[in-house]
Amino acid sequence: MNGFAALIDRLAYEPRRNGKLALMEAYFRDTPDPERGFALAAMTGSLKFANAKSGLIRALMAERIDPVLFDISYDYVGDLSETVALLWKPRGEAAERIDTPLADIVEALTNMRKLDLPGHLARWLDALDETGRWALLKLITGGLRIGVSARLAKTAVANLGGLEANAVEQVWHGLKPPYLDLFAWVEGRGPMPEANDPAPFRPVMLAHPLEDSEIARLDPSEFVAEWKWDGIRVQAVSGRATNGERVTRLYSRTGEDISTAFPDLVDTIDFDCAIDGELLVMREGRVESFNILQQRLNRKSVSPKLLLEYPAHIRAYDIIADGGEADVRTLPFEERRQRLGALLETHPRARIDLSPLVPFESFEDLQALRASPSGEDSEAIEGCMLKRRDSPYVPGRPKGFWFKWKRDPLIVDCVLMYGQRGHGKRSSFYSDFTFGVWRAKAGSNEEELVPVGKAYFGFTDEELIELDRYVRKAAGQRFGPVKEVALGRTADGRPVGLVLEIAFEGLQRSTRHKSGVAMRFPRISRIRWDKPADEADRIDALERLLSPTLLEPAEADP
Amino acid sequence: MFSMAMRPTDILKITPQGLYCAPGDFYVDPIRPVPRALITHGHADHARAGHGKVLATQETLAIMAARYGENFAGETQAANLRERMTIGDTAVSFHPAGHVFGSAQIAIEAGGTRIVASGDYKRAPDPTCLPFEVVPCDVFITEATFGLPVFRFGDTRDEIAKLLASLKLFPDRAHLVGAYSLGKAQRVVALIREAGYDRTIYMHGAMERLMTFYIERGMALGPLQKVAAAERGKLAGEIILCPPSALKDLWSRHFPDPVAAFASGWMRTKARARQKGIELPLVISDHADWTGLCQTITETGAGEIWVTHGQEDALVHWCQTQGLKAKPLHMIGYGDEGDVSEVEETLGHGLAGEAAA
Repeated sequence: MNGFAALIDRLAYEPRRNGKLALMEAYFRDTPDPERGFALAAMTGSLKFANAKSGLIRALMAERIDPVLFDISYDYVGDLSETVALLWKPRGEAAERIDTPLADIVEALTNMRKLDLPGHLARWLDALDETGRWALLKLITGGLRIGVSARLAKTAVANLGGLEANAVEQVWHGLKPPYLDLFAWVEGRGPMPEANDPAPFRPVMLAHPLEDSEIARLDPSEFVAEWKWDGIRVQAVSGRATNGERVTRLYSRTGEDISTAFPDLVDTIDFDCAIDGELLVMREGRVESFNILQQRLNRKSVSPKLLLEYPAHIRAYDIIADGGEADVRTLPFEERRQRLGALLETHPRARIDLSPLVPFESFEDLQALRASPSGEDSEAIEGCMLKRRDSPYVPGRPKGFWFKWKRDPLIVDCVLMYGQRGHGKRSSFYSDFTFGVWRAKAGSNEEELVPVGKAYFGFTDEELIELDRYVRKAAGQRFGPVKEVALGRTADGRPVGLVLEIAFEGLQRSTRHKSGVAMRFPRISRIRWDKPADEADRIDALERLLSPTLLEPAEADP
Repeated sequence: MFSMAMRPTDILKITPQGLYCAPGDFYVDPIRPVPRALITHGHADHARAGHGKVLATQETLAIMAARYGENFAGETQAANLRERMTIGDTAVSFHPAGHVFGSAQIAIEAGGTRIVASGDYKRAPDPTCLPFEVVPCDVFITEATFGLPVFRFGDTRDEIAKLLASLKLFPDRAHLVGAYSLGKAQRVVALIREAGYDRTIYMHGAMERLMTFYIERGMALGPLQKVAAAERGKLAGEIILCPPSALKDLWSRHFPDPVAAFASGWMRTKARARQKGIELPLVISDHADWTGLCQTITETGAGEIWVTHGQEDALVHWCQTQGLKAKPLHMIGYGDEGDVSEVEETLGHGLAGEAAA
């Protein structure tokens, strides 16, 4: 357990993807079976323990420490697992402490009765060091939160044998912890495990953003267009296990199994298929905005009330397997699309429909359609997709087949208010920027800035250096990693500050923000070194955007 | 002569300049210039320049001279450890505090009451200074920098092992170790040497003066070298010591893919380490941990505890559960390790200036 604990402790501090991979690879290489397999299961979210809850951990701790000291400590540390790990004083002799293998802990947790758990847990905690205690508590309460996705952990395993992550992905859903056959295969000691999962995930195909310069080189007759719906990309797969039982799963685009959060969809997919589509919330035949869809996202389970109020829907884009066995990924898109249409005609379901094609003659036509899509669902349209009629379904982001052509973003001119230092390679840079717009100061004729968002991308490396320099040189207080950028005044009393042109995808009311609005995907589209700070936008400009009739893209300042 | 036992608050009280002893007419670690100062140790938030007379250990006086120049005070006097001196109506003595080189607790007796102002202290072993000595007293003034039971520090050798393991795992990355320039940096070097690492250890220019100061006084620190600006790109796989503030400075950018490490008691909690952007936290502290604080309070036999700078609430609560009279002093102007550079920046002198030079 201590080895696994040391790994996830280090991972939690490592911001860089390659650094994380190096740490995981070294661990998998040096750790024997079955220990490493259970570690992989923990990091891919494949372990679930029903009986271990935070209340039980608090109860254990209450027996061992003054409640006032516990409360002050918890308040300071902010994380229950970490607080308990730090406060726990092992009982018994150090020499008698045995490092229980992760494998044994997983087995015991899976089979143990609820009544036996506190005693066992206390003994394990006594035997571990504090990093081990933290890791164990994180493990059993669910959610390691160490910044490692299942995909990244699988990539590290693939790297052991010089394989692509997709190769591991292909066989993954047929495998069970502790993955002895997987490690044997990647290390060249065994055959490729059979992918006998009736509902496997297949890595998805992604599109490139369409650059303006590319449009001229493309022949419109070779492409079809469809709307880019503003939901989450999913893969719905259903098939029969060898015992005849139906298995249906819903995967996110990274292969996370999200079925438990969408029982309404899983129930409806009762025919063999592998459909690539967009998950949306549909009410009264109308696609709701992403803000509304968010009510259903990132949940482990879902209440009947949510199911009723936010009914989930799949708008189908593509088909990956037709009628169970047949992999159709090598067929041209047009043919797959026909098969998809036929499949949905054979199995009509209210919660699944086909994403309509958008007829167009020239890219100019399409651009006009894209700028102002008509119809009831136009708010849920992010832009359009261009797909080559003959494109196969290629996992990853292959060049030249699919393009996404997003609607022009909304634009607003803001004033820089705070800089915050970034992480990893950016840790010596102020790279997260909070910006605001003007509003009337309560009870005075003056204007003040109110923060409306924070952005950490959209600029080039050179621009980052300039922004960092600006924040460093600016007057203003420091609050830990945050530096205030105080406004100056010109001789005639005009404010001096830096105007940032902010592009964003949407706006919603928010009670959590001082300004009352929250932006979606804000980024810095231009730095307006030239523009006086008092010519930046006022809050009214944003409030107007909240009205649904005014969702047209704002004109950028010339 | 007839005298009533004095109340502790008649002996020491809080003033805007710091703790003031009226019967002796002196201040302890004052934060502003005063006619007469008694100073516990050389950290910049306790030892400031510009006082009239300064009484401190020989080592602390030397540190102050190295930092501020020979004329840092009007007049100086060296205190011999454990030797009673009379100042006004008080008897004063200095005793090792185990915090940094030269650090001392100051015992003040007046009217039959003894108060010990311990300054900063620790109970963990440290090759760069004398160990803490318990001084029995009526009132013990304790720091509470790490006054929460979550702060229990382990063996520093384990922390150094983490650093050396990271060097092995990432031989192509420079390992920048943030450490306070006085005391912590020398202790970290000494611990790294104890672990058998004998390569050159590089250091930020701001550290050179105090590092040389320790070497001149006989500390064996092995090969050390100041980092030259042009060389920074070549230091993959090396250890480079720097003031904590330099980890976030433009200076750190030129190293190959740097790993940011930080030697501090604050690194005990993950949120604090992440907030500072630290990838490799090293829990090495110059302050007493929770166990050390509780142990020391008990051992002094004091019936009354004054708790200053840090997490006072939990320690005051603990004292009360032990049947001791305890109160927080709410002193301002004292930093804690790791945050000290920020304190110094606001005061406009000290190491921040050195770091920029």
